Amino acid sequence: MSESPEVSKEPVVTPVRVVIGLCLLAPFAAMLWVGSYAKVDPQFIGIPFFYWYQMLWVLISTALTMVAYKLWQRDQRARRGGAGR
Amino acid sequence: MKDGVNGVALAVFILFFLAVTVMGFLAARWRRADNEHSLDEWGLGGRSFGTWVTWFLLGGDLYTAYTFVAVPAAIYAAGAAGFFAVPYTILVYPLIFTFLPRLWSVSHKHGYVTTSDFVRGRWGSKGLSLAVALTGILATMPYIALQLVGIQAVLDVMGVGGGENTHWFVKDLPLLIAFGVLAAYTYSSGLRAPALIAFVKDTLIYIVIAVAIIYIPIKLGGFDDIFAKAGEAFSQTNPATGKPRGALAPAEPGQWTYATLALGSALALFMYPHSITATLSSRSREVIRRNTTILPLYSLMLGLLALLGFMAVAAGVKVTNGQLAIPQLFEDMFPSWFAGVAFAAIGIGALVPAAIMSIAAANLFTRNIYKDFIKPDATPRQETRVSKLVSLLVKVGALVFVLTMDKTVAINFQLLGGIWILQTFPALVGGLFTRWFHRWALLAGWAVGMIYGTFAAYGVASPTQKHFGGSAKEIPGIGEIGYIGLTAFVLNLAVTVVLTFVLKAAKAPEGVDETRPEDYTADAGDPGVQVELPPATAGASH
Repeated sequence: MSESPEVSKEPVVTPVRVVIGLCLLAPFAAMLWVGSYAKVDPQFIGIPFFYWYQMLWVLISTALTMVAYKLWQRDQRARRGGAGR
Repeated sequence: MKDGVNGVALAVFILFFLAVTVMGFLAARWRRADNEHSLDEWGLGGRSFGTWVTWFLLGGDLYTAYTFVAVPAAIYAAGAAGFFAVPYTILVYPLIFTFLPRLWSVSHKHGYVTTSDFVRGRWGSKGLSLAVALTGILATMPYIALQLVGIQAVLDVMGVGGGENTHWFVKDLPLLIAFGVLAAYTYSSGLRAPALIAFVKDTLIYIVIAVAIIYIPIKLGGFDDIFAKAGEAFSQTNPATGKPRGALAPAEPGQWTYATLALGSALALFMYPHSITATLSSRSREVIRRNTTILPLYSLMLGLLALLGFMAVAAGVKVTNGQLAIPQLFEDMFPSWFAGVAFAAIGIGALVPAAIMSIAAANLFTRNIYKDFIKPDATPRQETRVSKLVSLLVKVGALVFVLTMDKTVAINFQLLGGIWILQTFPALVGGLFTRWFHRWALLAGWAVGMIYGTFAAYGVASPTQKHFGGSAKEIPGIGEIGYIGLTAFVLNLAVTVVLTFVLKAAKAPEGVDETRPEDYTADAGDPGVQVELPPATAGASH
């Protein structure tokens, strides 16, 4: 994660930041473990599992990145003393 | 290749091509600023692009015509293994979420136009910056050549260019025209041209994919039939290898290859100069983060597109050159006029990245070779002129490459390019987070990665080629088959870490770091960050 070295007494690792990190790491765990999805069944409208599962992960990882983005924004705003932008 | 010219398709294709050409030249007037003779203006579009323009530009840039042709072609050839492009593009976005905003900030603070600018500023090493610049240029050239191969594939299927016996000039004339047009408007409009044309390209591509993914399965009897037929075709033995042609899901031995290819390619993508050019042209740090949440739309499209490869197999498309599988599928399935739209999508899809890539390579040359080593006191005006000329030269080089050499040479070099560009990762991304590495260690690690990667790729044989037959090879020490680029990268990192310890112990000079920690989090509106940067020479604080 890109930790900002701002002048602040708050700890660098906070629960929110751990969640952000997990959101960004999850796709790596899911996609690199190929054995977990290298199969044909169950099919979805005739498409083998291998394909629709990975395409589903496009959507899941998008959602996760979006969550990470929102949390990060909130985190930064809080650190800047609520000044926002 | 069909006999005769498909007149209707060709007419539609030419119509779109003309429209785009006009747009390309008019683009120079779009959001024009006062200092039009600076490299920021020509080469980064004035760094003024918002979320949506950046989205189109990056999408137009990363998902190239070659992608559209090559990904389904890989599926057509081998089935599941070709689908790694999807996890690859899934992993890219969480990855760039972490480091691209920092690169944006530091670049805007110090007026960096290229990654090598940053590497020089951060590590205080012209040698390392030169290594990164040369790697970038070398990796980009064959990529541009492949865009032209993409156009050629479409022209071939439309029946333009004639058969093998036609005079070479007549055969290559359409490509020469397309190329000339591209070169002319890139020269006059800079990054604004591809940014504007990217709108047309992506709209066309989305329409074509949406239609193809609904229309073709209906004609072929649904996905059940498509995959049943494809599964049958893949289980047949390939006479060249004695093994089945492919599979619907990767078998155990192929899984390492699949995962390492996805990860290695994801790490490499934003090392390419053209991805960085499109990134730095955005208006703010937020634009980039926001883009990482909307860019995956393209990954979804890519996944659907990959499925076209199965449709080509099921439809019984027979081509000797796999690159032609998808254009041929379009011609067989669609009415002529819509085939024309599809071909235009691919053709224009080649122009956008080719333009951005040549601009990116030209920026690298101008900033990190011309200005650093040849003419240190170059004015912004001279920089821009050199960049424009080099962008022309790069394109001519790519054209000569495609016309004089076998297509497989371009593909081999593209494969090598991916391996090479990944070796700049430690200096660039490492540098964005830490100054711990030693600059000489980074240079040594880079060299080791480059040498290992090149030799390893040289040693891979395939049924049709003795060398550069693929990008996967046994990983030393693990014994599984993995992506060479990633193995080289790990080796590179190991050398860098070990040598850093050694050099630090020996108290080797560290070089001057011109950046400060707060530069990496600065955003538009913060002191010292100008949205529209002054000419590059005045902007850099050294």
